[in-house]
Parts: sequence; C-alpha cells; structure tokens
Amino acid sequence: MKLLFIFTLAAVILSFIANRKKTIEGLKMALNLFLNILPSFITVLIAVAFLLAFLPKEVLAKLLGEKSGAFGFVIAALLGSISLIPGIVAYPLLKNGASYPVIAVFITTLMMVGIVTLPVESKFFGFKVAFTRNLLSFIGALIIGLAIAFLWGFV
Amino acid sequence: MKKYLVKNRNDLIVTGIFVIFAVVTFFTKFSFGFKVIENFKSSFLEMISAMPFIFILIGLLEVWVPKEIIEKHTGKESGVMGVIWMILLAMLQMGSLYSAFPVAYILWKKGTSVRNIFIYLGAFTTIKIPMLSFEIGYLGLKFSILRTLFTLPVFIIIAILMEKFFGRGFNMNNPVTGGEK
Repeated sequence: MKLLFIFTLAAVILSFIANRKKTIEGLKMALNLFLNILPSFITVLIAVAFLLAFLPKEVLAKLLGEKSGAFGFVIAALLGSISLIPGIVAYPLLKNGASYPVIAVFITTLMMVGIVTLPVESKFFGFKVAFTRNLLSFIGALIIGLAIAFLWGFV
Repeated sequence: MKKYLVKNRNDLIVTGIFVIFAVVTFFTKFSFGFKVIENFKSSFLEMISAMPFIFILIGLLEVWVPKEIIEKHTGKESGVMGVIWMILLAMLQMGSLYSAFPVAYILWKKGTSVRNIFIYLGAFTTIKIPMLSFEIGYLGLKFSILRTLFTLPVFIIIAILMEKFFGRGFNMNNPVTGGEK
C-alpha cells in the first residue's frame, strides 16, 4: 500500500513538472471517474458486510473443511462466488482443514466470480457480457479444482 | 449534480438505508448490527486506502499515454506479446475484482483488444503477485505453482471464448456518462 502511494505521488509530481495543464486534466478525469463509481462500490461493500455477518469467516472455514469430493467442490464454488474477501483474509482460514483441490476451487471462484460485484461489472460491460464471464469463470474454477485433485498425488 | 443523483439513485438509496441502519444500531445496540458495521468499516478502509491512487494513475495514463502505443502493443494485432503485456500489467496490481473494471475500461478505450481485456481480468483476479506471495506463504509453493499452471490456460481460453461470443460490436460503457465511450 505504501509502495502504491509513493509511486502515485512520484508520478503526479513528475507529471506536474512536465505539464501542469495536462496533469490537472488527468486528475479531473480521475476524480470524475472515481465519484461516479464510488456509489456502486459502496453498495458492494454494504452487501458484503451483511453477507459476512450472516456467514462469518469461521463458519466459512468450517463449511469448506468438512465436505470433500464432488459435493465439497460445489459448496466451495458457491461459497467462493458469493463471498468477496481479500486473499490476505482467506488464506489463513484455509490453512486448517480444507483439502487442496477444494481450496483451489474456493480461491478461484472467490477471485474470478463475483455475484455481489455483478451490478458493477454490468455497468461497465453490460449484463450479458458480465454474466457470461462469471459463468465461464465458475466452470473454469471447477476444472482447475479437478485438475489439481487429479495431479496433487503425482507431483 | 442533479444528473449525478439521478444516475446513481439506486446506489445512493442503498447507502441511505445503510446509514439509517447504522443509526438504529447505535441506539438499540443490537449485536448483529455492530457486526455488519464492523465488516463494512474494515472493507471500506481497505478500499479507500488504495482506490484513489489507482484512479489517479488511470487519469495520468489517460492524458500521457497515446492511444497508438497501447493499441500497437495490446490491440488486435499484438499477438502473443500482447498477452504477455496484459498478464504482466495485471500481476503487478492489487485489490479486489471490482477495482479491475475501471482499469479495463481505460485500456479498452485506448485500443486494447477484447481478448486482451479479458486476459487482463483473468490474470488480475488469479495471479496478482501480492496475492501469490500470501498464497505461497500459507499454502506452499507446490500449490501455488500448480494452481497458476492450471489457471493460466483456463483464463486464456475464457478470454478467447469471450472474444468469440462478444467480439463483434463489443462496447464498454463510460461509467461517467453511462453511454458509449
């Protein structure tokens, strides 16, 4: 995070020295874009806040750890699709209990598929494109999980 | 201002209801409400500490990087190198899925091809370096390498399929005006 801050600050200063007018134009565009996306981001965060309150991380970890086999995959894929938690939070949870293929399915859907972010994604891409990308990613995640399940023992 | 309120009406209503929910929680002190607010607070802080910088960089990219350069390296004719550029760019970033959309938008506006846009989204979501380093730490190098090896072809195939399905007449909406470009 610090790195991002320093990098951005340096970029802005350099840009300002090179061309003041262009920089202000760029910053204006950034602010405009940010303000227009912020409301839909906040909606996403509110949805996630309720979801996590109904389904705390501990329960999530327990659900992932208990089930294995095909049923475990489906549970992991569904849980991954509806939740939106950063990897930094997810990895420690997964360390205990869940099998590696199930973890792979969960992580992949967690990152690639977003049911709560679908409205935001639709704003940029339109619903049809956004929905298709999520659907394909969901299927892709299951394939990745299966592949890891088959190969884990051999490697 | 009025246009802004109208365009974001639904989201602003949700935010308004949430504010009421928060106020009620503070007066009635029910624990579920506090849990929700706590969750919101931590994810909001996470978002607000990175998002503004990403948007500033998007703004600078908009004014400084000519369309020709992005189009040449990541456009329709860019081939394998275009794919590699997209993956490298995506790996260097951080944040959740939703923070990738504005970047994808600006890239598309600057001439990145449809396939490469979805390759960017795929790589961003699955193999960002900050995420991989956490994953290796918690789950081990073997797991991360295997997962990356399988994920790479999967999201490339997804991108190719997306281009097949939607490549013709593909369009991204400008989130500011709500219209095209």
